[in-house]
Amino acid sequence: MDLNSFLYSFLVGGILCVIAQIFIDKTKVTPARILVGYVVMGVILTALQVYEPIVKFGKSGATVPLTGFGYLLAKGVEKAVSEQGLLGALTGGLKATSAGITASFAFALLWSLLFKSKEK
Amino acid sequence: MNKKEYLAYTEKRAKRSNTVVNCIKAFLIGGLICAIGQGFLVLYLYIGVAEETAKTLESVTLIFLAGLFTGIGWFDKIAKHAGAGTLVPITGFSNAVTSPAIDAKSEGFVMGVASQMFVIAGPVIVYGTVASIIYGIIYFFIMK
Amino acid sequence: MKNSILHFSSVYLAQTASLVGKKESEGPLASYFDAIEEDPYFGTDTFEKAESEMARRTLNILLGKSGKRPEDIDLLMGGDLLNQCIATSFAVTKTHIPFLGLYGACSTIIEGSIVASAFINGGLVKNAAVMASSHFCSAERQYRFPLEYGSQRTPTAQHTVTGCGAYLFQNEPTPFRVKEAVIGKIVDNGVKDANNMGAAMATAAVDTILRYFNESSLKPQDFDLIATGDLGKEGHEISIELLKRCGYTLGDIYVDCGMLIYDIEKQDMHAGASGCACMATVFGGHIFKRMQNNELKRVLLIATGALLNKKSALQNESIPSIAHLIHICKE
Repeated sequence: MDLNSFLYSFLVGGILCVIAQIFIDKTKVTPARILVGYVVMGVILTALQVYEPIVKFGKSGATVPLTGFGYLLAKGVEKAVSEQGLLGALTGGLKATSAGITASFAFALLWSLLFKSKEK
Repeated sequence: MNKKEYLAYTEKRAKRSNTVVNCIKAFLIGGLICAIGQGFLVLYLYIGVAEETAKTLESVTLIFLAGLFTGIGWFDKIAKHAGAGTLVPITGFSNAVTSPAIDAKSEGFVMGVASQMFVIAGPVIVYGTVASIIYGIIYFFIMK
Repeated sequence: MKNSILHFSSVYLAQTASLVGKKESEGPLASYFDAIEEDPYFGTDTFEKAESEMARRTLNILLGKSGKRPEDIDLLMGGDLLNQCIATSFAVTKTHIPFLGLYGACSTIIEGSIVASAFINGGLVKNAAVMASSHFCSAERQYRFPLEYGSQRTPTAQHTVTGCGAYLFQNEPTPFRVKEAVIGKIVDNGVKDANNMGAAMATAAVDTILRYFNESSLKPQDFDLIATGDLGKEGHEISIELLKRCGYTLGDIYVDCGMLIYDIEKQDMHAGASGCACMATVFGGHIFKRMQNNELKRVLLIATGALLNKKSALQNESIPSIAHLIHICKE
């Protein structure tokens, strides 16, 4: 088993989280904006060919953070545009990310049936 | 003291969170979540799942676990310390979908649970996909 | 100069009641409250219903302690933090007491006390009950995030008190006389950070305190206690600094209810407590009982309110704030 992949995942994932933490603490950016910003940054960095090497190196450390969600969107669009032309710009993103998004909503519905909010 | 001076005064004296401690916690917990994700990936590959499917399953597993932790009330206790460490990984997205869903149960399953799921997830999906459309169009013309 | 101070000749505080939740029952004032409910749902199925149930029970405690039936009460006033004061409206539905709903955010209890005193002093009613409630979970749902949402709080953030306080005022003499009041003015100092409400409300509190002492013959040292509502640690320290610059040093008698109700360090409460129930329960439970025990005679209460809502915060508006004062003394 390749133990280094765990180490690199840990490091890259950790660093991506630290960058967001600095933004939260030093500016008044709300967590929701961080999420949106990270996904959009993921798309942009992938478009600029910067994110692909990070994924190669950091494995899950680069795909699990929300920039990885942006990476998936961008990769999906690339693939779809190559296959079906301009229409791919519309279909590619969600196609590549559909499993995660659908799972989030389906599970959330399940959890809301099973659980109730608790006092903090 | 005028308004401006007062604002400057309150800004200055307001204690900020301890960034160094927060960053260390965010690094450790965020890194750990990614390493756990990598663990699932290795596991799925080991039992013979195809690479693309294994990656998808890895995300779905983390989404499942983050949602479950939200439901049983552990997620926010961890997030209180982890901050961006739980927010930035896909777990933060899952929590942002699950927590309003559970919370809005009292307003019913249509206008409560289902509509509130999108409170934070909606903007993420909207701006993510719009960014990808723009990239797709640019990519189309570069390809030509 | 305009007269800020309202003088009452025949208004008396007859009785108080206080009911709090679990977190408050773990704080240093636990033994003073009339009742504690550990179930955050108060036996109902939503947090909003829980708040109504809590307010309803508190009113019953007040009626029980003062030996009155609902029909003996001429006027009931109250409010809470939920949109359109819905928690109080449901709570008082079955009482059939003439009702005035009030909104003053966390200053509601003293706003109500002033209105009640005016009605009684003017001879329009013989007695009036005032109540104010807040519930951490319903407030969090309305103003902030879903309860299970994972977020970090800043050190200046305050924790909404789960509880309800109710007071009964009357024209028949009791040892506790409501002597004076100052109605607050809206003060907008430009602070926009809903996680730093202490800084937003501190100037309102200072404004009201200064207006009182500028006109009153009494000095700060004539009082046994000067208590603000829910400035929290941050707002309390700011107000001390501002008062010092205006030449007033209040010393140990100057306290903030938001700093009393929790053990801030141990319970990890950041800047302390806030919410309608903060002053309502700390005076009704703690301070009033100390007055009954002769530990305190002359007390100034300054309830502070941050009058923001979710839309105004999203539209990046500042937080208009207010502070109402009453002077109660044991004779």
